[in-house]
Amino acid sequence: MTLLEPAPPPSPGSDLLDPAAAPVQLLTPEGERVHHPDYDVELSDEQYRELYRDLVLVRRIDVEATALQRQGELGIWAALLGQEAAQVGSGRALRPQDFAFPTYREHGVAWCRGIDPLRLLGLFRGASNGGWDPQRTRFNLYTIVIGSQTLHATGYAMGQQKDGAVGDPDSGEATIAYFGDGASSQGDVNEAFVWASVYGCPIVFFCQNNQWGISTPTATQTRIPLYQRARGFGFPGVRVDGNDVLATYAVTRAALDAARTGQGPTLVEAFTYRMGAHTTSDDPTRYRLASELEAWRLKDPLERMKSFLYKQQLVDSDFFAQLEADADALAARIRKGCLEMPDPDPLSMFDEVYAEQTEPLARQRAQFADYLAGFADGSS
Amino acid sequence: MPVLTLAKALNEALRSAMERDPKVVLMGEDIGRLGGVFRVTDGLQKDFGEDRVFDTPLGESGIVGTAIGLAIRGYRPVCEIQFDGFIYPAYDQIVSQLAKIRARSRGQVPMPVTIRVPYGGGIGAVEHHSESPEAYFAHTAGLKVVTCSNPADGSAMLQQAIASDDPVLFFEPKRRYWEKGEVDPAAVPEPGALWKARVVRPGRDATLLAYGPMVRTCLEAAGAAAEEGRELEVLDLRSLSPLDLPTVLESVRRTRRLVVVHEAPSYVGLGAEIAARVSEELYYEMEAPVLRVTGFDTPYPPSRLEEEYLPDLDRVLHAVDRSLAY
Repeated sequence: MTLLEPAPPPSPGSDLLDPAAAPVQLLTPEGERVHHPDYDVELSDEQYRELYRDLVLVRRIDVEATALQRQGELGIWAALLGQEAAQVGSGRALRPQDFAFPTYREHGVAWCRGIDPLRLLGLFRGASNGGWDPQRTRFNLYTIVIGSQTLHATGYAMGQQKDGAVGDPDSGEATIAYFGDGASSQGDVNEAFVWASVYGCPIVFFCQNNQWGISTPTATQTRIPLYQRARGFGFPGVRVDGNDVLATYAVTRAALDAARTGQGPTLVEAFTYRMGAHTTSDDPTRYRLASELEAWRLKDPLERMKSFLYKQQLVDSDFFAQLEADADALAARIRKGCLEMPDPDPLSMFDEVYAEQTEPLARQRAQFADYLAGFADGSS
Repeated sequence: MPVLTLAKALNEALRSAMERDPKVVLMGEDIGRLGGVFRVTDGLQKDFGEDRVFDTPLGESGIVGTAIGLAIRGYRPVCEIQFDGFIYPAYDQIVSQLAKIRARSRGQVPMPVTIRVPYGGGIGAVEHHSESPEAYFAHTAGLKVVTCSNPADGSAMLQQAIASDDPVLFFEPKRRYWEKGEVDPAAVPEPGALWKARVVRPGRDATLLAYGPMVRTCLEAAGAAAEEGRELEVLDLRSLSPLDLPTVLESVRRTRRLVVVHEAPSYVGLGAEIAARVSEELYYEMEAPVLRVTGFDTPYPPSRLEEEYLPDLDRVLHAVDRSLAY
């Protein structure tokens, strides 16, 4: 096994944040397979192909959604462009019994949890708040206030402990909380670290450091590499190359296994890059240089996995043709589903506010129903 | 029936709730070995273990945020916020998450979380220990907000709040913690009663509407008024959200006069909402406008001034006089 010296990420302006903080890497940007003393992964040829397939399909969902927003079909879209490997790697590391708490950008993790992309589009179209069943999918609804979900994840992990669901290396449960570099400044994230640490919760804090919180660089959030924050809270932290799907998979799997066997929390900092805008409402040309984007483009998570597959001779032209056809079909289905998505019934906003409906809200609902009925009479 | 203080009645209610449902867990600052700064959880950790009654790190957002996660996992957490003025660090989790998760998930994720909050003034405390923040929460859809005025209600209402699948802010009038009353801890509260106001003292000349610590103040005022031949009806609102308007209207329809009393400041407080509702419904039947007796629109003052700040018997009767003079 060769221990290579991974190159420090050449992100301009990130020197301050990168003192010898070499991320775990198993796949170079050129698609060369490298090895790491602490983390490794051996997958079948089919599994390697499946990971690449995930990356491609997830990017296609993202591109299609961005286009739909530009065409006025979505109110907004938060693109994951550039973060596919961090999300697919961590998402595929989850076992069925694990529970994930996403932000609003975890479209790749949602894919891995079997969420129909149309559910995501429903949220950004304004037809719902997501609408999938968090209990069945073990994937919480998107949480939009920055960092709030890390406490929910910690509480959920406390429940896993109380249920005695932690300990067994196969059936043991773990929780993963997603958040970003900006969220690391939130009080809730720091409280989640404290709670998880003192109770020894079975949780992985998965921070996608995509270098930007809208227009604010990570240097404004922290003076040390984010993964090093964990030490102060009393649990391990590790930085992984977030554009390397194999490394992300290996590191997350190890952290989840530590959690499920009762070894407590881990902070994983996936060092990656938000290739697109914060959302479709954002204009990154106002605050970052094109050269930075170009430097990261050379580390594209899809390209390196594609190079790896070629170099290992795991794929042929039929594979890519089929994948392209599948991506086209997925895109067509998303587009059609989005255009055909019905608006919710206006009266539905009064339902499910409470488990036990209140008399005042029931009255307000009835009054509004009467009001709406008046219009219906007039038009008919 | 045993005679218990409010604090002890709440303690027994927590015990009953925990015996009834193994998913009920208590969490908060200093609630374990110490039994809480007001001793409401006294002895419960000893009897139910540290898994079900546990001290948390010092962070209110952390308490409520992790309670939400426990609820997603299927638990029924009861959080203690040590004092009213310390709830604001948790405000975001309560308003943006706890209140909305049921609706966000279209009913797939219930939030059976109870947040107990000792509130109100009159105990000679320093800043942030005497506040009445109930209106902030009553304004938020998805939350239910209740408060008790006596040991019997405290016992029944807390058990109902914990059994509810909706998030409930349970405000405890801390200056009444040591007042005693008959309580039947084994009584099974009737369904739906938690959201009902109650006529505490019947009368015909005017209605005094209060909740929490002010109910006793209004009862004392009604007693004093009776000596002058005025029969004041006293209503204990109990549920601040939802509002039991029918019971309020039934009373005011008879008395035609309403004075609302609360410790919280008047501006955009519960009294404002009640005045608006009553005016909408009884515009032609009222003999006088709805009046309010409240704390002032100032920060809660240093405690040497709290007797002046808090509504008392004289201020309540002064308002009654104004109402009757219309």
